[in-house]
Amino acid sequence: MQLTVWTYEGPPHVGAMRIATAMKDLHYVLHAPQGDTYADLLFTMIERRKKRPPVTFTTFQARDLGGDTSQLFMDAARDAQARFNPSAMIVGASCTGELIQDDPGGLAKTLGLPIPVIPLELPSYSKKENWGASETFYQLVRSLASQGPEKQESDNISCNIIGPTALGFRHRDDVQEIVSLLEAFGVTVNVVAPLDAEVGDILRLKQADFNVCLYPETGLTSCQWMKRQFKQPFTKIVPIGVGATIDFLCEVAELAGFPQDSVEAFLQSHESRLPWYSRSIDSTYLTGKRVFIFGDATHAIAMARVAKEEMGYEVVGLGTYSREFARDVRELAERYELEALITDDYLEVEEAIGNLQPELVLGSQMERHIAKRLGLPCAVISSPVHVQDFPASYSPQMGFEGANVLFDTLVHPLTMGLEEHLLHMFRDDFEFNDAAGPSHLGHSAKQTSQNSAPQSAAEMETNTSGNALPVWTQDAEQELRKIPFFVRGKARRNTEKYASHKGLAEITMETLYEAKSHFSR
Amino acid sequence: MGAQRPHEVTIPQPSGCSQRPILHERGQHEVFCGLTGIMWLHRKIQDAFFLIVGSRTCAHLMQSAAGVMIFAEPRFGTAIMEERDLAGLADMHDELDAVVEKLLKRRPEIRLLFLVGSCPSEVIKLDLGRAAQRLSQRYNPGVRILNYSGSGIETTFTQGEDHCLASIVPTLPPEPEDAPINLMVVGALSDVVEDQFNRLFEELGIGPVRFLPARLADDMPPVGKNTVFLLAQPFLTETKRALEERGAKHIPAIFPLGAEGTTQWLKAAADVFEVSASIFESVVEKPRKRAERAMINHREKLNGKSVFFFPDSQLEVPLARFLIEELGMQATEVGTPYLNKTILSPDINRLPETIRMSEGQDVDQQLDRCRDDAPDIVVCGLGLANPLEVEGITTKWSIELVFTPIQGYEQAGDLAELFARPLNRRTRLAV
Repeated sequence: MQLTVWTYEGPPHVGAMRIATAMKDLHYVLHAPQGDTYADLLFTMIERRKKRPPVTFTTFQARDLGGDTSQLFMDAARDAQARFNPSAMIVGASCTGELIQDDPGGLAKTLGLPIPVIPLELPSYSKKENWGASETFYQLVRSLASQGPEKQESDNISCNIIGPTALGFRHRDDVQEIVSLLEAFGVTVNVVAPLDAEVGDILRLKQADFNVCLYPETGLTSCQWMKRQFKQPFTKIVPIGVGATIDFLCEVAELAGFPQDSVEAFLQSHESRLPWYSRSIDSTYLTGKRVFIFGDATHAIAMARVAKEEMGYEVVGLGTYSREFARDVRELAERYELEALITDDYLEVEEAIGNLQPELVLGSQMERHIAKRLGLPCAVISSPVHVQDFPASYSPQMGFEGANVLFDTLVHPLTMGLEEHLLHMFRDDFEFNDAAGPSHLGHSAKQTSQNSAPQSAAEMETNTSGNALPVWTQDAEQELRKIPFFVRGKARRNTEKYASHKGLAEITMETLYEAKSHFSR
Repeated sequence: MGAQRPHEVTIPQPSGCSQRPILHERGQHEVFCGLTGIMWLHRKIQDAFFLIVGSRTCAHLMQSAAGVMIFAEPRFGTAIMEERDLAGLADMHDELDAVVEKLLKRRPEIRLLFLVGSCPSEVIKLDLGRAAQRLSQRYNPGVRILNYSGSGIETTFTQGEDHCLASIVPTLPPEPEDAPINLMVVGALSDVVEDQFNRLFEELGIGPVRFLPARLADDMPPVGKNTVFLLAQPFLTETKRALEERGAKHIPAIFPLGAEGTTQWLKAAADVFEVSASIFESVVEKPRKRAERAMINHREKLNGKSVFFFPDSQLEVPLARFLIEELGMQATEVGTPYLNKTILSPDINRLPETIRMSEGQDVDQQLDRCRDDAPDIVVCGLGLANPLEVEGITTKWSIELVFTPIQGYEQAGDLAELFARPLNRRTRLAV
């Protein structure tokens, strides 16, 4: 039993709903009690989909439990087929449905429905949403893809794009961006699935020469299966950021059998604004900004590279809630000389951010809330999503336009370079002072700039453990105030650490500068 | 204190419910389960924690239904059952004890802990009553531990609050036998509404009035045979029964929505307390006029418009009464998850016989009826609203009617506006 406040992922049947809802003519009959229909609102409200998800809930109640819940399931499945006339059906149970062990798959089989019915086994008490989406799509591919016509020879090189789902973080726009990137590069896109695919498209998957595994969380299992079954290789690089997009194109060129200089030639006419924006002198102030990254594995890994190599930030924390991909994140973190934070406990993430006091947080909506409370700037780069993560404007994360979007996303939450200088210059001005903080962060920033330094967790510990902190002399305190507020907390901590280390009872101006030189070595 | 209060009271009962046909439906229910009530209950009882014993689905529901994660560490959480818990019941109680210990250590300010049953905990028959008893002994007297079910197999949406309050009733302190007659208002109201009612009852000479639930665990009202109570919410079937078992008497009334609803609700209590007509008039006249004035503009826009209610909170019948009587609207269908004819008969009796009343749900069939009716506005849940808007049907999300203060005179205009706004918006948009 695990005590949970907020969760990064829903149960696995919500993952299955993301597949059913992504597709055009698939229906999901879910053996579930009243109340599980809450998941509909994820799609109709958060994603603003125009149709109800194609999901029928059997809605069993306590009084049905002694009786015949399996009949309830069969009626629901039969009615759903008659009413919605889907091309295929997936059937399964939610967490409670799983406990009553009615075997939806077996029951559906006895109905003899005129369409393919694919049973799902999604263990609710050990697995989660992304796994459920991945497994559902895999079962669909496994059951249907082999039934399609044999691969026809063609002069065109073609690929499938695998992994985008309903309720995915920017999936809609990523797909548009990558489809046009691939087509411009000379690769025909055969099928995109599951997003906006028809059941018939699954039968056509094997017509492609290779697969683009766009979102490993939801697509990797299927890509691996198609590699074994249809000899279709698949891409390993997720094209988020300029560097990754170029690497992705190189990978595609290799799979497509394009000449070695094809990528270079392509880049002559396709480029992102990010490299120049990052090199322009206005961006100098971004150098070494301390950034904390947390999200699903795909986005966390990609964003670490973008932050470090393309923005010039310093990655001070990296983690994911995707346990399935923990190894990849750990490996990357090691290369950055960090310890990866692998957890789905929101409070642990909050604690890590609190301790690190980064200058920018890149995370999900959960981290956005944490950052808001701590008065830190934050940009959302991963699921779990919120209605704001489905913007009206075209905002991909992937490809060259995605890199442009990312530059803006990763810069806008920060105090701008010039603003930062001005805050420093006018620090004693009555209205334009540092306590006012960046205007767009509102009042929370103000609170933090007053609180963060003396109340960091480490110092609280020192206080409670009885080691008296060294006392600041008045002139040292005044000198400290002249240091820009955004590094003042760090300066205070470092100076106190230095003084404690040296066994000083008092911090003078001299100590302050001694410490500064000590830590800048 | 004024005149001596009577010790014995007789409460007039409403005439029986008319024998109108009710459509009973059974199929897919597009409603929340009772856990959702925790959203407002944990804000209302300020030193209570709600621990759901359930699955990842329960935890996901809580954060999805809330829409936002406003609170750093909210006073609710889920003890998520895992595979190894389900392997054997024996250690499930140990696991729960460990979670509770961890929780109470982390949150020492908690005085009242609810163990809230869910679908999975009900299906595996995890005895939370026994757990609550055991834990109560352990944490006595610092923390009281109660349990109730908010599971979807037993409760729909607001019934969660009903079960929660019903679990509190047996723990209410006893009122002395010779206590004068006293009034309790039952059902969670927002603090601002509670304070308004409190002032009105004081002016009527009925105060002090007690509210259930109280804002703090240790302030829960006493109850006894001289307690009379008004329900502030229509979904409190079990709570009413539990209070009656403690000897309290229910005052039937229409629910306090709008100018008329609020007046009649107050009047029902005033009559029991033998408040004179002139005093009653002098107290309610001003706020009632204010309420009527606040509704005038909205009435102009809503008059003659038709409404269709999908089942949601059990507030549908009182809301329909309000819209029809006070705003001149018509209703085609009033759907409700559960129709308690005893509690609702004062409201039902004021509805036109022509309205289709339905209980339970088969959402696809109900959607068919809704499209046939082509109402001007549909009251429905969040899963249905946008798809209906796409079809050109104006909707009002029902959950807002539960989260917003709507009861009482000062909220009458706000309540009317909630229905007027979606129609207003349609007329403004030119895209």
